[in-house]
Amino acid sequence: MTVLKLEGEGDDRRLYLSGDWSLPALGQIEAGLRGLPGELHGTLVCDWSGAEAPAMGAAWVLLMRLTEIGAPHLDVRHLGEPHYLELLRKLQAARAAAPADLSQANSPGLLSELGRWVILQGRHAEGVLGFFGGMVRVLGEAIPRPRALRPSSLARHIYETGITAIPIVCLIAFLISVIVAYLGAQQLSRFGADIFVVDLVTISVLREMGVLLTAIIVAGRSGSAFAAEIGVMQLNEETDALRAMGMSPIELLVVPRVLALVITMPLLTIIADAMGLAGGGLLSLLNLHIPLVQFTYRLREALSPTTFWAGLIKAPVFAILIAMVGTYRGMQVRDSARELGRLTTVAVVQSIFMVILADALFAVLFVKINF
Amino acid sequence: MPEPTPPPVIRVRGLVSRFGAQIVHDGLDMQVLPNEIFGVVGGSGTGKSVLMRTLLGLRAPDGGTVELYGRDVRQLAAVDRSSLVRSYGVTFQNGALISSLTVAQNIQLPLREYYPASEKILDQLAELNLDLVGLNVADGKKFPSQLSGGMVKRAALARALALEPKLLFLDEPTAGLDPISAAAFDELLLYLHSQLRLTVVMITHDLDTLFQTCSRVGVIVDGRMITDTLDGMLENQNPWIHEYFHGPRARAAEKEAHG
Repeated sequence: MTVLKLEGEGDDRRLYLSGDWSLPALGQIEAGLRGLPGELHGTLVCDWSGAEAPAMGAAWVLLMRLTEIGAPHLDVRHLGEPHYLELLRKLQAARAAAPADLSQANSPGLLSELGRWVILQGRHAEGVLGFFGGMVRVLGEAIPRPRALRPSSLARHIYETGITAIPIVCLIAFLISVIVAYLGAQQLSRFGADIFVVDLVTISVLREMGVLLTAIIVAGRSGSAFAAEIGVMQLNEETDALRAMGMSPIELLVVPRVLALVITMPLLTIIADAMGLAGGGLLSLLNLHIPLVQFTYRLREALSPTTFWAGLIKAPVFAILIAMVGTYRGMQVRDSARELGRLTTVAVVQSIFMVILADALFAVLFVKINF
Repeated sequence: MPEPTPPPVIRVRGLVSRFGAQIVHDGLDMQVLPNEIFGVVGGSGTGKSVLMRTLLGLRAPDGGTVELYGRDVRQLAAVDRSSLVRSYGVTFQNGALISSLTVAQNIQLPLREYYPASEKILDQLAELNLDLVGLNVADGKKFPSQLSGGMVKRAALARALALEPKLLFLDEPTAGLDPISAAAFDELLLYLHSQLRLTVVMITHDLDTLFQTCSRVGVIVDGRMITDTLDGMLENQNPWIHEYFHGPRARAAEKEAHG
């Protein structure tokens, strides 16, 4: 469908507008405008009488195109124009006086990108250091003044990160240890070494899996919640309000969360350990017909006194990592809803990564010191 | 008036809005005529925002009917509803600009959604709407968090104008602005109203805005709306309306408008 017809020759032309000139027809209008000759001069009369429901946006696009191909040699006149054309021409004249363009996005070079990245990482390191320092200071100040630890807030976080996490931690620890015992039994029974399933389950659950699974669940549940909660407070300027009232957001928001996790993570780990052993015991009973008495006897044989502690000692360290990454990322949220989503994701991914990294370091350390 | 009154753009009859036991609107009637600026006034908690949400179709009325352009908003099929939504523009109290998009992208958002066009055309249309509300092109590249309060209101207006609506809903367009910015916004609104032949429904607490721009005012009192011209309101003997239009702030605004 044609929306434009150019008639006449040389310096005296007429442009007939016809058909649909509303916003939904923008695509056709644009195609029609592109078909105009690249340069015009003399006089051009735009005849609007045939245009149906001309939209202001469409008229604007036409004016811009005519300026592009005609200025400054073309004298444009309008016939039967819509009422707002006068306004558009005024805006266009103002625009000509101060030209500017939305599209000119100068893409930065590789070097400046690299520089920006380095500066950003530097600032980031500074931020982490400051954050950690602030936390240590609050803890130091809390020694003569225990009220700074915010007992009520602490209790709430213990409830939310600990007590409400018990069912899921139980379920996952139980199921995973059943899976490990089941697969282990299949391999070991080929050698007639069924009884070593007990060693497999108890050592892997107590040393590694209990605490690691708990950490991953807590990172997913509470690390994300910390980041999102504090992030929204940042967006609402609640943290600024706290600062303006002379209260430290680190004291009010960060320390209770970190402490709560440091308290709940070891307890959740103990629960996970117990459920893991229960799962292993149950499977041994049902699948391998090892009675519980024999299971517990073998369990005592298999464990050295440090096995349980080798797992449990990691829990508070993981707790600090998860809580600090979550709250730090939350405090970084600025300006937009997208940032909130991005930083919540970063919080979870990074805290799980840090937990596994720390776990690897612990593994090497424990081997070296024969723990 | 000698000429016959044109059919109203908005007609609300017997609107009831209820929140549990609390009744906000109790048989509220309202009419907005084409090409007028209609101010909605009322004390806090009288349901101005609820009324606007109901008019926009964001909330179902608990009783009564709401008609836009003579059609009941609740009886519309999904297709008609979508075209109806496109026929009006809205600005929310806090701007409600999408925070992860630049101002220009915010303006282009509804255009992009409904009308396919090249990036160049979309940029041109964004520039047009920025020009219309008196923002410059550099502002178009900023994110909402980088704007001042007055600029947010203007950017929200630019987005509301993007689809070239004939009807505009403004929720507290001048709240939180300094008097100079607020006056500039009033002027802008009057200018656009005359140039683009808009019908405007505006919730406002700003007496200056009310006196400068509105042709008629609807006051929500006791769950109903009393509609009159400003001069009529000044004569009204209802205690709340009298207090509202004759308080110390109102006198100053009135003097300004008529002086």
